[in-house]
Amino acid sequence: MTASQLTLERVKAGDALPELSVDVSATTVVLGAMASRDWRPMHHDHDFAVNRNGVKDIFLNTPNLAAWFERYVTDWTGPTGRLGKIKFRMKDSVFPGDTMVFRGRVEGAETDESGCAWVDLSLTLSVGDNMVNDCVARVAIPASEGDNPWKRHGEQWKP
Amino acid sequence: MKELTPEVEGWIGEKRYAVEGEFDVERGYVFTTCASVENGNPLFWDEKVANELTDGWIAPPTMISVWFRPHHWSPGRKEAAVPLQVHFDLKEKLELPEAVMTDNTITFGEPVRPGDRLRTWQVLRSVSDPKTTKLGTGRFWVIDVVYENQKGEWVGTETYTGFGYRRDSR
Repeated sequence: MTASQLTLERVKAGDALPELSVDVSATTVVLGAMASRDWRPMHHDHDFAVNRNGVKDIFLNTPNLAAWFERYVTDWTGPTGRLGKIKFRMKDSVFPGDTMVFRGRVEGAETDESGCAWVDLSLTLSVGDNMVNDCVARVAIPASEGDNPWKRHGEQWKP
Repeated sequence: MKELTPEVEGWIGEKRYAVEGEFDVERGYVFTTCASVENGNPLFWDEKVANELTDGWIAPPTMISVWFRPHHWSPGRKEAAVPLQVHFDLKEKLELPEAVMTDNTITFGEPVRPGDRLRTWQVLRSVSDPKTTKLGTGRFWVIDVVYENQKGEWVGTETYTGFGYRRDSR
């Protein structure tokens, strides 16, 4: 396989993930909502968002935010990274015209009793100085070259 | 603030709204989702990598709820179907017209694959005492949404924390 592979020995607490910056357009918001089959009008109807929800514009929906966080994590791990758990808190919304910036940091790395290598990450999504989402993620990566978390099933997979 | 009724208290811990997805997991939505977040993970684009690492195509794990969002319209449907029905039931029974989601946790099990037909159910875990926030006065609730595949394998659990409230209660 030619794709890059992040293994446990290359990770330590305090490591920073590369920053990701994305300019958000109305298309970003609508495409994300449609991809996640979210037909609620605040994600595609500007008038509804402004006059019913009282916000400044349509905004990114929750399932698509989860997809953005997944992409951010697996950009770093490569395809052998397997998400075990993700938890995020919505503090504010992301609107067209915003530039959203993802940042991340390794909080810990360990191997569980089954030999699965886990990395705990703290992630943020900010727009300017406003941190709109914070997130913690637990992702399995290969313990060493040749290991593959995707091959784990049942008792070998305890996220 | 309306008191918790025995009916609502009885929902806590109860498996409700067990349903099968309306359609099979399919790659079209996988591509659209990957395009929406510019996700170039070769697991979803390169069959050789997918075969080597995941024994074939899988869907991005965070798409788990996508497979249960109802069609916007379907024949015979009189009212719009809503996902996370327990959340809407609580709003109605507790007479809390507004609601927001504050936290979302997803735990992932077996990978979801094209052709899978998933099943899901919802479990109300808790309802808080009345709380007042900057939004208004209401209650927090925690709902689990559990997913399994057609083989009965657990593929994930989503846990939502919602806050149902009334603006004019402040």
